[in-house]
Amino acid sequence: MKERLLELQTEALAKVEEASTLKDLQDIRVAYLGKKGPITEVLRGMGKLSKEERPVIGELANKVREAIASELDNKKEHLEAIELEKKLEAETIDVTLPGRPVQVGGPHLLTSIVEEIEDLFIGMGFEVREGPEVETDYYNFEALNLPKDHPARDMQDSFYITEELLMRTHTSPVQARTMGEYQGSQPVKMICPGKVYRRDTDDATHSHQFTQVEGLYVDKDVRMSDLKGVLNRFAKQLFGEEREIRLRPSFFPFTEPSVEMDISCKVCHGHGCSVCKGTGWIEILGGGMVHPRVLEMAGYDSNEYSGFAFGMGPERIAMLKYGVDDIRHFYTNDVRFLTQYHKAK
Amino acid sequence: MFVSLNWLKNYIDIENISTEDLAERITKTGIEVEGIEYIAEQSTNVVVGYVKKCEQHPNADKLNLCQVDVGDEELQIICGAPNIAQGQKVAVAKPGAVLPGNFKIKKAKLRGVESNGMICSLQELGIEEKFVPKDVAEGIFVFPNDAEVGADALQLLNLDDAIIELGLTPNRSDALSMLGVAYEVAAILDVPIRFPEENVKTAEEQAVDYVSVKVEDSDANPYYGAFVVKDIEIGPSPLWMRNYLIAAGIRPINNVVDITNYVLLEYGQPLHAFDFDKFGSKEIVVRRAQQDEKIQTLDDQERTLSSEHLVITNGQEPTAIAGVMGGAESEVSEQTTTVLLEAAYFDPKVVRIGSKDHGLRSESSIRFEKGVDPNRVKSAGMRACQLLSQYANGTVLSGVAEFDELDKEEKTVEFSSSRINARLGTAISNDEMADILRKLNINYKLNGDTFTVHVPTRRQDITIFEDMLEEIARIYGYDNLPYTLPQGASQAGGLTDLQQLKRDIKQYFESAGLMESITYSLTSQARSQLLVSPEVKEKAVTPVALSMPMSEEHSTLRLSMLPELLDSLAYNTARKQSNLAYYELGTIFLSEQEQVTKQPEEKLRAAGALTGDWITHPWQQEKRQVDFYLVKGILQGLFETLNVTAEYKQTKIDGMHPGRTAQILVGGTSIGFLGQVHPKLQKDFDLKDTYVFDLDLDYLFEIHKNEPSFAKIPRYPSVSRDIALVVEEAVHAGDVQATIQQAGGELVKDVQVFDVYQGEHLEDGKKSIAFNLLYLDPERTLKDEEVEESYQAILYAVKDAHDAELRG
Repeated sequence: MKERLLELQTEALAKVEEASTLKDLQDIRVAYLGKKGPITEVLRGMGKLSKEERPVIGELANKVREAIASELDNKKEHLEAIELEKKLEAETIDVTLPGRPVQVGGPHLLTSIVEEIEDLFIGMGFEVREGPEVETDYYNFEALNLPKDHPARDMQDSFYITEELLMRTHTSPVQARTMGEYQGSQPVKMICPGKVYRRDTDDATHSHQFTQVEGLYVDKDVRMSDLKGVLNRFAKQLFGEEREIRLRPSFFPFTEPSVEMDISCKVCHGHGCSVCKGTGWIEILGGGMVHPRVLEMAGYDSNEYSGFAFGMGPERIAMLKYGVDDIRHFYTNDVRFLTQYHKAK
Repeated sequence: MFVSLNWLKNYIDIENISTEDLAERITKTGIEVEGIEYIAEQSTNVVVGYVKKCEQHPNADKLNLCQVDVGDEELQIICGAPNIAQGQKVAVAKPGAVLPGNFKIKKAKLRGVESNGMICSLQELGIEEKFVPKDVAEGIFVFPNDAEVGADALQLLNLDDAIIELGLTPNRSDALSMLGVAYEVAAILDVPIRFPEENVKTAEEQAVDYVSVKVEDSDANPYYGAFVVKDIEIGPSPLWMRNYLIAAGIRPINNVVDITNYVLLEYGQPLHAFDFDKFGSKEIVVRRAQQDEKIQTLDDQERTLSSEHLVITNGQEPTAIAGVMGGAESEVSEQTTTVLLEAAYFDPKVVRIGSKDHGLRSESSIRFEKGVDPNRVKSAGMRACQLLSQYANGTVLSGVAEFDELDKEEKTVEFSSSRINARLGTAISNDEMADILRKLNINYKLNGDTFTVHVPTRRQDITIFEDMLEEIARIYGYDNLPYTLPQGASQAGGLTDLQQLKRDIKQYFESAGLMESITYSLTSQARSQLLVSPEVKEKAVTPVALSMPMSEEHSTLRLSMLPELLDSLAYNTARKQSNLAYYELGTIFLSEQEQVTKQPEEKLRAAGALTGDWITHPWQQEKRQVDFYLVKGILQGLFETLNVTAEYKQTKIDGMHPGRTAQILVGGTSIGFLGQVHPKLQKDFDLKDTYVFDLDLDYLFEIHKNEPSFAKIPRYPSVSRDIALVVEEAVHAGDVQATIQQAGGELVKDVQVFDVYQGEHLEDGKKSIAFNLLYLDPERTLKDEEVEESYQAILYAVKDAHDAELRG
């Protein structure tokens, strides 16, 4: 019997070795290990054996079973792996075909610039204020020290609706409104972005509608050096740490002294090149110390309070920062323009 | 203002600084230098030549063969100018010379005869045609006899000059004169100023013997001075004066006119010369013009006047519009022998009105409009008399006939150095401040640390402390101010909730696949009527219009962003960019007034316009065009973000497809619409099917309440049921859905349409709508009977309300 069992083992293992499909293995399992299989048959004849032989043969029979079962399992695992491999091979795709596109939008370049400026000043403790685009003559001009016959009104020809109402020519009226609201009761730290309008014929450098961001800081003992410090921080953050600023005297009716701020040219770092027209500097914004009459008109005592104000054009900043060559691009909404600025920075 | 540096050198020494450095310092100290022009930068080798002989060219009628002495040699030159003649002194470009435009002069043969150089016109030497005096405009330039043969012609013609162009801000009209610029540059370089000669030997005769002055409106004309110069010989003005005028952009005419212009530029004081013999009387009366009074001005135009205008008259008729332009009748001419010279102060406003009404902005009116220096009016007249005596051989009568009520006093401004330093953030000493005032030629008294400054009348812009602050700061140097940050109590900056919400909305639209665009707020009258949302139309009586638009295209304030957005789509599709999804956040302008008297209400709205394909890369999926439900889906997502429930109602709007437009309501209030643009309007814009939306963001923001809190995650399973109903085609799915929701009771947490079918197996005129229902009780597991009960209630309700049958 012992020989028979060992014979069966050799025979079964040979068959397992030969098997090439899972079904072959299943057949072998049924044939050798099933209830009607030869090993069971051998065991059934155990009754004829002596008391001493029985456990020996029993143990051997179990060993044979285990050896066959174990080999079957090994082989099965092996065949399964091959089969999976085949299946996956068949599933191969062309990874170079394009992905299913997701429709993505994005902000307008001007909005990006304005929000960048907003965030910059918010970081310095400023609040963001808005105001009406149709303004009264009072807030647009008079409250900013531009009385009715002031020659500087020539500087910004306006779209009037009635004698007293017009499309605002700058966002400065928001400063007057904010100060007027507080009536000298508290400091003001604000910027006001928005659309403004002037009587200009649209061309590469002029637009009858454009954007402005103005800032105002009024408190006790505000110094002109503070204006310089704040603008310097702003310019470095917006344009890069390596850029320098300089202030030049200028004139605006609502500030005294008034300044224009230049930044050093990105291309030549102040040495002079064609981008900066040889000067080494590029004009960015205007500003100055708030004119005492503007403070007084809004209810601030100009002996106690002082402040600075500044204003800039996001279009100009965008044009300088990205080299946009025509201001009309901001308003024609050419998709080939808009999408250029949708990428993460 | 164009400033000739050669001219400026007459008043101050600027030899020790390069033109570029000077320009840079002027810019940094207060007046922007907008450009530097070197008139004949590239020219060389042009000298004064004497035409010894001039004969006709043997082979050409119109050419002359000249023998020209240029000092060190004699050159044979062929010249075609009609005014060339023997005995002239002319500008000769020698062989090897270079003229503007990099034009090189070489020896050449003209019609068989050798020519060794070129005799030049002023234009050829680089002077703009319009500044060339008329007598030499058609030919070569002829030097005065005293010009030295062989001398550098470029230098004699002032072509070695550099002209700097100053961009003057309205406050710095003091620099509208060479003297004013001299003061400015003197302050920058700390150099003394040399003043022009004003003294002149006068005749015994008195000006007042010739003329009297009467001023009727002393506010408009507080000073009028009349000088008289007789025995004038009209002729060309000296070469140097002509050169300077040309450099400043003024064409030389004759000595008298040139002298008035020269003094205008030198002193910033406009003068006017009348021909005394043609003045028409011996009295000057300055008065307001009468209504419809006429005057023929120097430019031969007849001008109609009104009482807004101030005129100089001879007692009868106007002879000049004050400060603007003289009359043709009394103009100085070749025959003039006696000149009546006006030096006056006219009120800036009066001159501004006169110049504006007649469209005449001249060098004179510009200066009067800004306010001239009261203390320079009379001295400018004296300076002109001195020049007339010297360069027109005139005899100056003594004295001046004048009317004088002009305030010439210097105003005082007081400041303490500590206040200046506190405001600038500096520590400038009293000595330094005093030094700055000295450089500026400003007189002061110092008491303790208080300066009392006597503001020179040339600086009309300095009236208050802050003006002096600016003077001190700019001469001290803005570059020298420290960088500081404000010392005040710091506050947390930030966006308001609404501002943050606006950004969130933008971000939502962008992540939903829309691109932000920005259009013009001003549109055309016709467009302002299009695509106006019902709730806007109800309020806006008429769109607000500009009183004087520049064009019809931008004449009216928008009531909707959509027409301009459609225009943007059209712009793109015309450029073969046809798949577009745009949105814009912006303001519309609502006025309930027929005649606007108060500011219109400005409403923040969100609008969008989509056209073309939404899914454009079709290798794996079907191409899908933008349609109603895509846009509606985007809006639904928005409302979900804002936590508001919107209803949609079929509606009709001008410019919209009548069957594909829905009004959007929240809690019964109209907040906008969406739908397809009317095919006719699409055609007008050359657009394919285009879908739009327009929403009242102000209202949405107002009602939006979203205070996120925690809701327990349900522990019990939900039950899902499908139900397919057959209804008449006209029945709206939304209505059926509402009925289901209501009839289903509290357990129904969600009802969604998942299929709409029409066609085979259904009666004509019927459609099947399939809904998915979600039942849930967060507190317990639902029993089948409960769900079934609700299901039956729904079936009953939809049968009753919509005649809906369960699809078999």
